[in-house]
Amino acid sequence: MAAVLTRDIVKKFGDVSAVNGISLTVPDGQFMVLLGPSGCGKTTFLRVICGLEKQTSGDLLIGGKVVNDIPPRARGVAMMFQSYGLYPHFSVRRNIAFPLRTQRVPGAEVDKKVAWASQLLGIDHLLDRRPRQLSGGERQRVALARALVREPTALLLDEPLSNLDAKLRASARQEIKQFQQRVGVTTIYVTHDQVEAMGMGDRIAVIDSGRVRQVGSPAEIYEDPADRFVATFVGAPPMNIVARNSGYLGFRPENFLPKDMMEDGSFTEFSFRVDRSEYLGSERIVYGVIAGFDPNQVITAKLPPAHVAEESIRPGEWHPFAVRNSALRHFDKDGQRSSGH
Amino acid sequence: MPRAISSAIREIPFFGAVAFFVILSAFPFYWMLITSFKTNSDLYSVTHVPFWFSDTPTLEHFRYLFEQTLFARWLLNSFIIGLCVVAITLVTALPAGYSLARMTGGKGEALGIGIFLTYLVPPTLLFLPLSRVVAELGLQNSMWSLVLVYPTFTIPFCTWLSMGFFKALPPEIEEAAIVDGCSLFGAFIKMAIPLSLPGILTVVIFTFTLTLQEFVYALTFVSTSSEKPITLGVATDLIRGDIFYWGEIMAGALLASIPVAIAYNLFLDRFISGITGGAVK
Amino acid sequence: MVSIAEPIAKPATPLRFILDRREVLGSLFVAPAILYVLLLAGVPFLLALYYSVSAYTIYDPSWRFVGLENFADILENPVFLQTLGNTFLFTFGSQIIGLILGKFGALLLLRPFRGRRIVRALVILPWAVPIALATVAWEWMFDSLYSVINWTLIALGIVTRSEAPNWLGTPHLAMLSVIVVNAWRFFPFAIVIFLAGITAIPQDVLDAATVDGAGFWRRNYQIIVPMILPIVAVGLIFGTVFTFTDLSIVFLLTMGGPVGATSVLGFEGFQVGIGSGDVSHGAATSLFMLPVLLVVVVAMLRFIRRREI
Repeated sequence: MAAVLTRDIVKKFGDVSAVNGISLTVPDGQFMVLLGPSGCGKTTFLRVICGLEKQTSGDLLIGGKVVNDIPPRARGVAMMFQSYGLYPHFSVRRNIAFPLRTQRVPGAEVDKKVAWASQLLGIDHLLDRRPRQLSGGERQRVALARALVREPTALLLDEPLSNLDAKLRASARQEIKQFQQRVGVTTIYVTHDQVEAMGMGDRIAVIDSGRVRQVGSPAEIYEDPADRFVATFVGAPPMNIVARNSGYLGFRPENFLPKDMMEDGSFTEFSFRVDRSEYLGSERIVYGVIAGFDPNQVITAKLPPAHVAEESIRPGEWHPFAVRNSALRHFDKDGQRSSGH
Repeated sequence: MPRAISSAIREIPFFGAVAFFVILSAFPFYWMLITSFKTNSDLYSVTHVPFWFSDTPTLEHFRYLFEQTLFARWLLNSFIIGLCVVAITLVTALPAGYSLARMTGGKGEALGIGIFLTYLVPPTLLFLPLSRVVAELGLQNSMWSLVLVYPTFTIPFCTWLSMGFFKALPPEIEEAAIVDGCSLFGAFIKMAIPLSLPGILTVVIFTFTLTLQEFVYALTFVSTSSEKPITLGVATDLIRGDIFYWGEIMAGALLASIPVAIAYNLFLDRFISGITGGAVK
Repeated sequence: MVSIAEPIAKPATPLRFILDRREVLGSLFVAPAILYVLLLAGVPFLLALYYSVSAYTIYDPSWRFVGLENFADILENPVFLQTLGNTFLFTFGSQIIGLILGKFGALLLLRPFRGRRIVRALVILPWAVPIALATVAWEWMFDSLYSVINWTLIALGIVTRSEAPNWLGTPHLAMLSVIVVNAWRFFPFAIVIFLAGITAIPQDVLDAATVDGAGFWRRNYQIIVPMILPIVAVGLIFGTVFTFTDLSIVFLLTMGGPVGATSVLGFEGFQVGIGSGDVSHGAATSLFMLPVLLVVVVAMLRFIRRREI
């Protein structure tokens, strides 16, 4: 039984459709990431699942039960907000205990569960502090403990890492993912950061303009994008897409290499004029233009560091580059994946 | 010319202007103060210098006020009226302000301004029909008529004021409470109210001062001396026959003014942010 | 794809969650406030309208409809026109003086100086203290025999005792006194409004103007004044409405005298409606305030809306 199942959820604000018909299934225990640019509707969709917004139409099932008209507290969901939403006038202990107290859980039981949740997140030494006395990472852990203490059917997270600085983000990512694997709670995680999505998700739903473009594992999303949007949204630098034969041709920068690096197998050749190159230490990004295509379109190539022909890739000159045919992706004129040539 | 002196000279017009304003504002109160402490013979004399004491200062007016007039009774009346009106206002205006603050779309804003505009409907228009209503309810000449009528202006003002400070509260905390198991009402009581205590205190203080300041309704509805609130009593009731007991009147005015002046000073900054936050975006 | 047994969605809302619906609770929360105001302000307002077109007095509480007769009666009364004129003079005079004093007071209090807190506390006294109590102090200051103002004028040799003005007993002087007291009461509020507006102007805007070469007066009139106009307009709405409809100052200082020289609409409504018991004419008198109020409020609100930055 799926932990969370949505059927054609639409959410309108006045005339504007924030969510335009999303049907999604999240199996028990899965870490599902909702990935998309700002304003694509992913947060609205999460809030609908949570119950903070009511959908305009469509059905929502949590734990097999239809919850369309049921308030958040009866849905068995827990949410972690972007700014954590900790209660500033309560101690950490009272924060974590709050979801239990509202359900009239007896005192002894509350203490047991608070102890369990705080130990799980390593914050049991902070129980008597106030949120304003905690660091960002500590606050996040308190928010997680509070979300977990009720053992919810689904844990919902709304861009929890966006308030952390870059350095902390990587370790926080690690913590959340490890933690979820240990506890096994079904998790729906919203982010605009594709690195986070690729690194943490069991499955990713790429969302744009209120619709799901593709649902799949990170590998499927990356290797087998369903359309141009997914292809260019995931991957940095983004996939190169050029117009060809009333359709589009795409290839990722790391697959666009000097011809003499090609091993056997079929490949397609391009004549590439290098305009600029960036040395990033672990790789070299080269910007340029391909002959026979739009001269204003910048094509990127990502070259490995120890590349022999480094000295020979000089700006202003034309070099033979190639892409292995198996790495080429074809899109039709609407941007959908096709198997064309 | 040495720097210190020239800058001091430049300061003179500035401090002169400041002094002008201070004297303009405060002189009548100084006058109130000094009158309260002057003996009657010193007071009612055209030859004595009025700005300072010619006889020794006396407490006789204050004594008279408390012993021979209904001053203490008036203080009590105002206190009771204030308390009751504050209670009524809190119960009606706080939830209303909260609901308007959390309403999505322009509706909350529009309704808030609408309610606030009723604050501008003048008492000198409503007092006639209200006097009939009060008479019908048998409350004429009773201070309870004021408890009934005062919320008509404290509620609009305080709804708008509380709308302002509830808007400043991040909705995330209430949403977290809702997800954690509170009802909407529970989130209001357990989260919004405790986190808005300074704002609520401001509402209480301003409601109290608004009731103390009111004169028109008090004048219209209450003629019985023992039922009068403090402002009405001091302004109209310290007259025997045709004679004004100025010493007592000033003493009473002084005593009644002090708490209000203190309250305004303490809460001025909050009041300003209330006006600017709400009226001008 | 795993096949999942999907239950059919239930159509009805469980009643036990009815208080969780935003719309229900939201309306419930606003209801008491709206009800109170409607019942005790809205209904009386309609009653006032009805009284004004009836022949209701407390001696003869008849609900007989007389059309616009009451208004005609009032307009034919020469005293009324004087009252109307007085009200406008009283309002505009005190507002203008109050605004000017308020503007300069605000400029003085803008920058910190030693003792500013105390100065501010003293300067807002006229507005903070209940209007009736402050007015009573002025009543004593204007007293015909013992006026401290007259004492000072005599001491300075400006007038002799026999020439000493009777502030509240001479028609033009009475009007002046009443305007002065009202302006005195209003200007601290104006200072607060101006201060709030000026301090809300971002410092970069002022700095940019200075760098662009604007001197004090140009900065003042071309930058500051336009930017604070919305909030000053709000303050003016309050000031005008409260002054135009006020009766306290006139009641306590002059009782409308001498011979109606200081009678204003609010006071007249009180005298006729409550003093004489002629409710219908009293209501009609008070209603004359309404058109002016509506014009002021609507004009100001439009003005603010257009100027929202």
